[in-house]
Amino acid sequence: MYTQALNTSDGDDRHIEDAARATQFQARIDADERIEPNDWMPAAYRKTLTRQISQHAHSEIVGMLPEGNWITRAPSLRRKAALLAKVQDECGHGLYLYAAAETLGSSREELVDAMLAGKAKYSSIFNYPTLTWADIGTIGWLVDGAAIMNQIPLCRCSYGPYARAMIRVCKEESFHQRQGFEIMLTLCRGTDEQKAMAQDALNRWWWPVLMMFGPPDQVSQHSDTSTKWKIKRFSNDELRQKFVDATVPQAQFLGLTIPDPDMKQNANGNWEYSAIDWDEFKQVLAGNGPCNRDRLAARRKAHEDGAWVREAAMAYAEKRRQRSALQAAE
Amino acid sequence: MTAANIQVSETPLVLYTLRRADDALILGHRLSEWCGHAPMLEEDMALANMGLDLLGQARELYSYAAKVEGKDNDEDKFAYLRDVRQYRNLLLLEQPNGDFARTMVRQFFYAAFADLYWRAMMRSTDATLAAIAAKSEKESAYHVRHCSEWIIRLGDGTEESHRRTQAAIDELWAFTGEMFSVDDSERGLIDTGIAIDPATLRPQWLKTVSGVVREATLVLPDNNWMQQGGRSGRHSEHLGHLLSELQSMQRTFPGATW
Repeated sequence: MYTQALNTSDGDDRHIEDAARATQFQARIDADERIEPNDWMPAAYRKTLTRQISQHAHSEIVGMLPEGNWITRAPSLRRKAALLAKVQDECGHGLYLYAAAETLGSSREELVDAMLAGKAKYSSIFNYPTLTWADIGTIGWLVDGAAIMNQIPLCRCSYGPYARAMIRVCKEESFHQRQGFEIMLTLCRGTDEQKAMAQDALNRWWWPVLMMFGPPDQVSQHSDTSTKWKIKRFSNDELRQKFVDATVPQAQFLGLTIPDPDMKQNANGNWEYSAIDWDEFKQVLAGNGPCNRDRLAARRKAHEDGAWVREAAMAYAEKRRQRSALQAAE
Repeated sequence: MTAANIQVSETPLVLYTLRRADDALILGHRLSEWCGHAPMLEEDMALANMGLDLLGQARELYSYAAKVEGKDNDEDKFAYLRDVRQYRNLLLLEQPNGDFARTMVRQFFYAAFADLYWRAMMRSTDATLAAIAAKSEKESAYHVRHCSEWIIRLGDGTEESHRRTQAAIDELWAFTGEMFSVDDSERGLIDTGIAIDPATLRPQWLKTVSGVVREATLVLPDNNWMQQGGRSGRHSEHLGHLLSELQSMQRTFPGATW
């Protein structure tokens, strides 16, 4: 679901092994060709993509937790089934993304271990708690909405397996986004209590969602190489602005107030928002968000509790292999 | 509107349908508790899949029960506004997830039954139940396959997985008898061909279960004492906690639409 513009690239041309190959590689990118797993690529391109795709995969998997928090309490059977299916989709996205990352030469186990060790990042947004049912609507509407803004351009990313994964992911995300909006609409047309629940959720999620697009362009260090390699096609601020412009009319339609009293529309029609609290963002990335510890603890627990199951599956596969080898020998 | 319990006119057909709906909802809910916490991502997907199949079955069965009852009830009222004593599911299905072995053994015992049950119910003289059975049978067949594979892997995997899976079988065995029992209310439906007699399925069920358990190098317990009570609302203590979570929104915000 949710890639975050963490803008991680290691675009240091000193490491490019072969100048002629690098030139040829760049020419292919410039001609909008897709790079495939067996093609030559600069080590830094491989490293940048491995990091970005695996962070994206981790985000999908950690992102199952805040929404999973409401599956057992969903307020109707229809909502319960839709939410379970949605969280299952996220797991599926995580799986395709790990598979895409594996085409670059790292195993899923290595990537997951890095996340569990706290060495790999995932989207900061999942370090906020889901306190009410309206949070589930808001996540679909805004978090998935922001993710789509980030991910639509990735469908044209230069790396083939990532681009193809994104096409499939984006289709499902836009369905989730509509589902989230529909939850919000139902709340906003409901009782006063339900409408207040919707407004409260918007108040809590709005700023963290704007942070999902990553640091402002003037302090973002890595965009240049990612742009040159056509991994990234729009800057963080461009995407953030697109998102705000698309979201304001939706909030108006719902009758909700965006928690930014100074927000105004300029002559170009863009909605100008107030300063984002980047200190909060830094704190969350540093592990100090409200749920960082809980999220990692939940993933670690699932991993540790499941270790005996994975070991059993491997032991059984090995026994079978030995038995069929024996049979073949007889 | 209040958050009070609904009243249900439990005619034999309504009661019969609610029992199967409750089975599907409670087990589906238990599986949904795993979401995000499974031993591997593939299993997160599979547990959610089975949970979704069961939730789908529950919704169809509740809707049919509402139609047969012909009162003001609907799928959500049945699910969210009945208390423990009004729930009619099998005791097996409300048992807590425990470890992965326990979840798989619970699912296996039930799916091996449900597959046979729904297959036989495709011949029901009640067209709606026969249609629900046709869909549920396909789903259950997959559940049996998936769980059988796991029971075999776990039983014949490591010492630890063997021990855990044997413990799960020993703990859950006493809840399997209830699947095959019939009360007077259901006897009439069996006589008219609306329902089938589950007792007739036990030999085939035992054959399937024993075969898998044997291949898994595990054993079935000798103890044949069987717990009963779920069908008449005498549950284990676990169900109340499950329902308090499942029903919390509907009970807190009476009459709201979500």
